[in-house]
Amino acid sequence: MEPFTRLKGLVAPLNRTNVNTDEITPARFLKTISRTGFAQALFANWRYLGDDQTPNPDFVLNQPRYQGATILLAGDNFGCGSSREHAPWAIREYGFRCVIAPSFADIFYNNCFNNGILPVTLPEPTVLELFKEVEATEGYTLEVDLEAQTVTTPDGRVFQFPIDAFRKQAMLQGLDNIGWTLSHLDEIRAFEERRQQEAPWVFSLK
Amino acid sequence: MPKSMFEKIWEAHVVRDVPGESTILYIDRHLVHEATSPQAFAGLKAAGRKVRRPDATIAVLDHNVPTLQVRGRRVLELVDQASALCITTMEQHAREFGITLFDMNDERQGIVHIIGPEQGLTLPGMTIVCGDSHTSTHGAVGALAFGIGTSEIEHVLATQCLLQKKPRSMNIRIEGSLGPGITAKDIALYMIGRLGTGVGTGHVVEFSGSAVRSLSMEGRMTLCNMAIEAGARAGMVAPDETTFAYLKGRPFAPKGALFEKAVEAWKQLPSDPGAHFDTVHEISIDGLAPQVTWGTNPGMVVDVTGRVPDPADESDPQKRRAYERALEYMGLEPGQKITDIRVDTVFIGSCTNSRLEDLRLAAQMVKGRHVAPGVRALVVPGSMQVRRMAEEEGLADIFREAGFEWRASGCSMCIAMNGDRLSEGERCASTSNRNFEGRQGKGGRTHLVSPPMAAAAAIAGHFVDIRDF
Ligand code: SF4
Repeated sequence: MEPFTRLKGLVAPLNRTNVNTDEITPARFLKTISRTGFAQALFANWRYLGDDQTPNPDFVLNQPRYQGATILLAGDNFGCGSSREHAPWAIREYGFRCVIAPSFADIFYNNCFNNGILPVTLPEPTVLELFKEVEATEGYTLEVDLEAQTVTTPDGRVFQFPIDAFRKQAMLQGLDNIGWTLSHLDEIRAFEERRQQEAPWVFSLK
Repeated sequence: MPKSMFEKIWEAHVVRDVPGESTILYIDRHLVHEATSPQAFAGLKAAGRKVRRPDATIAVLDHNVPTLQVRGRRVLELVDQASALCITTMEQHAREFGITLFDMNDERQGIVHIIGPEQGLTLPGMTIVCGDSHTSTHGAVGALAFGIGTSEIEHVLATQCLLQKKPRSMNIRIEGSLGPGITAKDIALYMIGRLGTGVGTGHVVEFSGSAVRSLSMEGRMTLCNMAIEAGARAGMVAPDETTFAYLKGRPFAPKGALFEKAVEAWKQLPSDPGAHFDTVHEISIDGLAPQVTWGTNPGMVVDVTGRVPDPADESDPQKRRAYERALEYMGLEPGQKITDIRVDTVFIGSCTNSRLEDLRLAAQMVKGRHVAPGVRALVVPGSMQVRRMAEEEGLADIFREAGFEWRASGCSMCIAMNGDRLSEGERCASTSNRNFEGRQGKGGRTHLVSPPMAAAAAIAGHFVDIRDF
């Protein structure tokens, strides 16, 4: 897993609620066995004019002032819908390392951690305030500090965000989750033996 | 301490639970399909790891498979090269790792969430995961079933476990009885319209109440399928005699004395009286009308007797903007009557509504009638078994004679990966679960409805109230 510690970066605003993973990465881009090559797919139905190539000048991320943004500011229930990890792959490959929103859909939220993207939850009024500031100020940046669990504005206001302690440590260190679980193999084996006694029908597949 | 069904299943699967760490949760059944798993197997190989329990892992081809056949068989030439590569890669991974695969010409093939319960792979009390959000469907048998991402697929393949933070619990009690022609799909859409697409975020939802108890297993699956559209991690319904009768004799379900023993254990699963839920909602469905979505998420829904809402009536500015954008995308006018909306395409299929009961209800609307001129209508059974049974019952003939296309099973136009899709601006009455922008094809416009509502729209050429159709 790619570690995340601190990030100071340009913010791009996507002021829509319930942005779903079909909008983040449309299904036609999922027909691949690769884990890369998704930067092009990000928000494709909004970003291009119809041929998946010509940029749509009206789409916010296409504005010159947001080029090079590393923080995406988004609306409530971001990432709802399908479980496709292609969505965070595309977000990461496009260049974002952090998404800030009032809330995230559960599967998307989990998927972010596995791809070095920090999902930051801030209260809705705070996010709405940030939208106003980003839109009003060209070159608006935020500073995100995972260790301190803070987001700091250019004028020095500090917002605290919640995060699960284990996930935080895993992300700070870039932990190999699978390796960590496998380090508890004895416990997994003991569990399997017990479960086989208690619920043998679960194991009767073959 | 009284416990909820969710807590009982959760606790029975905890491998390790140490403060400050994520819980290691054991997974009983892992369902895999070709669209989200290739990168997980590749990751596993790159790390030199094995599949820990190939015997608990079942793979199926569904998202990319053609629903057309050539001389009774499906061939790769029917889909594009990208889809074909996903299919052959799954076949190769299944061989390499010793996993049972229902390939596209296997008689057990179907949409992963249809075949799980149908084959008895999905049993009460289990933890079940799949790289697919609608895994919530399997909760209908009284299991904890949820969707995961590709990195998590790799985790389960390697360890048979997941790192989890315990979700909160929610009880949605649904009281009342359904009028004729009203289905679990209408309940699901109505519930999401009332409670919102984010109501279930962070929660496992148990559906209870008189309306849920009287639903068939297939209806419960439709309801749990849509739990994810309410934002829930999982949906579940307590197992009862309906559940046991459904599961008995299924190919992968336990047999004989072992089945009886399992039933005794499954009877202990329902939530104890007085069990705690973090959140409780109650809705009444007495007098419920057929539901039709007008917008671009499943919560944008009204009665078929209603009208497209006017964004100007919305006081919340964010909601107003979302409504305006949805109407523009959908090509609808505020105040337009739902029954005045004409459709070009009708899709009866998907893991929400493509089981035998769904096809029976749809066929009732169709019998002796014909699809309206200019309407393209598709029936895509959820599994090859559903397809065979529908053919034996004469349902296939009813659909064919009425001018419907009768296809082989798969996800098809629910997600538009296999070539079955809407073109720009086309409008579809669909029995699937997502009316998101572009879901059924770029620029396509989706209205979610129940199977009889979709069938009636195909005949009339526009939405109709099936109660007087
Ligand atoms: S039918 Fe649709 S929702 Fe169901 S698994 Fe297939 S693509 Fe997903």
